[in-house]
Amino acid sequence: MAELQLPNETVAGEDSGIRNFSRRAFLRGTGGLALGIYFAPLLGRRGLAEAAGDDFEPNAFLRIGSDGVVTVIAKHVEMGQGSYTGLATLIAEELDADWRRMRVEGAPANTALYKNLAFGLQGTGGSSAIANSFEQMRKAGASARAMLVAAAAEQWQVPAEQIGVRQGVVEHAASGRRAGFGELAEAAARQPLPADVRLKDPKDFRLIGQQKLPRTDSPDKTDGSALFTQDIRLPDMLVAVPAHPPRFGATPSKIEASKARAVPGVVAVVEYPGDERRFAGVAVLATNTWAAIRGRDALQVEWDESKAFRLGSAEILAQYRELAGQPGTVARNDGDAGSALEQATRRIDAEFEFPYLAHAAMEPLNCVVRLDEGHCEIWNGEQWQSGDQQLVAQLLGIPVEAVSITQLYAGGSFGRRANPHSDYVLEAVSIARAARDQGVKGPVKMVWTRDNDTRGGYYRPLFLHRASLGLDGEGRLMAWQHRLVGQSFMQGTPFESVMLKDGIDKVAVEGIDNLAYAVPNLHVELHLAQGIGVPTQWWRSVGHTHTAYATETLIDEAAVATGKDPYQYRRALLDKHPRHLGVLDLVAEKAGWSAALPPGAQGERRGRGIAVHESFGSFVAQVVEVTVKPDHSYRVDRVVCAVDCGLAINPDVIRAQMEGGIGFALSAAMHSAITLKDGMVEQSNFHDFQVIRFNEMPQVEVHIVPSAVAPTGVGEPGVPPLAPALANALFAASGKRIRRLPIGNQLQA
Amino acid sequence: MIKLNLNGKDHEFDAPGDMPLLWALRDVAGLTGTKYGCGMALCGACTVHVDGQPTHACVTPLSAVAGKQVVTIEAIAAQPAGKAVQEAWRKLDVVQCGYCQSGQIMAASALLSANRHPSDADIDTAMSGNLCRCATYVRIRAAIHEAARSLA
Repeated sequence: MAELQLPNETVAGEDSGIRNFSRRAFLRGTGGLALGIYFAPLLGRRGLAEAAGDDFEPNAFLRIGSDGVVTVIAKHVEMGQGSYTGLATLIAEELDADWRRMRVEGAPANTALYKNLAFGLQGTGGSSAIANSFEQMRKAGASARAMLVAAAAEQWQVPAEQIGVRQGVVEHAASGRRAGFGELAEAAARQPLPADVRLKDPKDFRLIGQQKLPRTDSPDKTDGSALFTQDIRLPDMLVAVPAHPPRFGATPSKIEASKARAVPGVVAVVEYPGDERRFAGVAVLATNTWAAIRGRDALQVEWDESKAFRLGSAEILAQYRELAGQPGTVARNDGDAGSALEQATRRIDAEFEFPYLAHAAMEPLNCVVRLDEGHCEIWNGEQWQSGDQQLVAQLLGIPVEAVSITQLYAGGSFGRRANPHSDYVLEAVSIARAARDQGVKGPVKMVWTRDNDTRGGYYRPLFLHRASLGLDGEGRLMAWQHRLVGQSFMQGTPFESVMLKDGIDKVAVEGIDNLAYAVPNLHVELHLAQGIGVPTQWWRSVGHTHTAYATETLIDEAAVATGKDPYQYRRALLDKHPRHLGVLDLVAEKAGWSAALPPGAQGERRGRGIAVHESFGSFVAQVVEVTVKPDHSYRVDRVVCAVDCGLAINPDVIRAQMEGGIGFALSAAMHSAITLKDGMVEQSNFHDFQVIRFNEMPQVEVHIVPSAVAPTGVGEPGVPPLAPALANALFAASGKRIRRLPIGNQLQA
Repeated sequence: MIKLNLNGKDHEFDAPGDMPLLWALRDVAGLTGTKYGCGMALCGACTVHVDGQPTHACVTPLSAVAGKQVVTIEAIAAQPAGKAVQEAWRKLDVVQCGYCQSGQIMAASALLSANRHPSDADIDTAMSGNLCRCATYVRIRAAIHEAARSLA
């Protein structure tokens, strides 16, 4: 199968991409200029339409207009995690710009210019946006600043060293001359690029670390003007709503579309091919979304299910249990866990079940495609430019450069919009191509309805864990054996060579193969299940979603079994891990761990749980407080969170990501599961794929560990500790251990 | 033709009466601030005001709002409560992905129009129909209290 090619080596530390470059020339070269024409009537006060004119474009990452507005070209999608604000902060800091005059727009697809330095491809993931941009964006800002200063020095005939910059104003104090960025933009554009730029000493940071720097996307996300893929309207555009097969792997065999075609507004009905990695289906194209949905619902399609996947969750789990009884591939082996377990005076044996989980972003998947002869334009909340661009080019048989992508806001994603097989993007292109073959020339907006989205696959994989811990006579944790069973979503992707070695999928065991606790005999094994036809994918915090749950509830059991305080027990096993200890101590202090939890009302039982976990280079500890009611239902009252993500670029965004990560994790812990029966997904919408609602959100307090080390990410690391801390709290309150997620009503059982 | 008052102006929709208000707003009137999330009144992303009441536009047929006053996110700033809510949202940086926030702001504005001093329980009741997968709920609550203070 033709697939995306990974570069031979990682490119971190390579050429930072700061060089002279005209973005407009690039846009012209790719036919992207059309964007300006099409978007002019669509974009409000912020957007590509503003790009016209002779702006100062010192590099690929920013331009400064004659109005003094600094526009950052963001190589990372804004899907809620605050990337636009973060990238703008890094540039504005070194540019000494006026924060109120910063704007951000999405970068076009161009791997050479906009690759993620963490993996050499243009895309957003792994909580890497700030970490990989930290130096690159500051250099981009510093370089632009130097050129503005040089322009002022030339105009004013003064030495550049005497010129200062503050909040978007260039100033020569001795002569009292001042100029705004806008006034100098044209002259700055004629300056040579500085060969090298010096970055600020962190003590001089004014924006980085500021407690409350307003988000760049708040204004247009509060007045309805923010543009998501769903909002794109182009001349002659049709909306396509697909009918997907009821089981993964089925294909249409007989289509009766007369009723669909009779719906007013329906223009075309197309069948389009898929493969084992994306849906084949039938799409109804109409002049408006409602007509397309009605048309789709009126289709009568018979499906060829000869190659369809037909197992249910129960059968998959039974297979996994079978596998869990056999030796797997060793992911980590310290000492001799088998013997140590035999000598243990006390054992803890546990089996954990984790269901499939849908990402269920609020914006269902969608994608806008315009095909012309030899060219394809895409508008998307684009998380995976390099992959999508290359796979679309392969599908259409056109050069990569002939695929242009406009990166819009994504209405959530949680990983789903970065599909390693470009499933939904290729589906949209396949529909557009099939429509074009029927004479439909206009652009096509593919819209998945919520049921398409819920049943669309690429879930967090179902996992089964089986673990045994052994304690000696003095309560010391001597042995830990752990076996995981689940699907790999790295198999068959370009990442396989990097992420899947010797039968170990790194993201299946991440968070346990690097267990931080001092356990002398540790043995971790993995079984990668084969032949399970449910598509799976990364889901916010990936393998840590299940490994942190197993490890942090098991360590809690060990603490309780030995009569130790769960916080102090962890501390004692983490003495070689200062950053784990840092967040653990901070969260315990802020949560008032040493004081007793205030009692609940009559008949209520209260409990408190703690967990700590490292993911994506960041460290997070959480304390969860719960109340179990007389009817055994429960309420999550409060979550205290401590995070160490290195240097805090935007503290308020970090707090927001912890709050959001906690809420996202809470949905999965309490309610969410995708289940299959006879190969069919049983859930379809928010009534049966349940997520937390407003009244279920606890009080959240976030504390950031002060740090000067290089920044790491925050989009994902807030998620993993929540579920185990909650389960530990429920145990403290009820005496019941939860080993199957979601928790649902297990306390009542 | 279905006539109604849309964001303070008389408006005629050339659309079938069974078309949900959501799609009439988005696809016919071109007001894309109101969002599609579920199509079944489960998520609240499509919340608009019909005669001042928060309403799920995704399950409200266009014919049901004939002759009524419909207000969307695009015009909510014209109302004191709406303006206060938007300002509080910006002050506290409530948004993350932002997709559900039009609906959140419309629900919160309706609450504050009817109740200038909502308790936490009132906020729970008014906002529990609006999902946010980014879980901005902590800040939504704080911003509603903030908006209430600014309106006092």
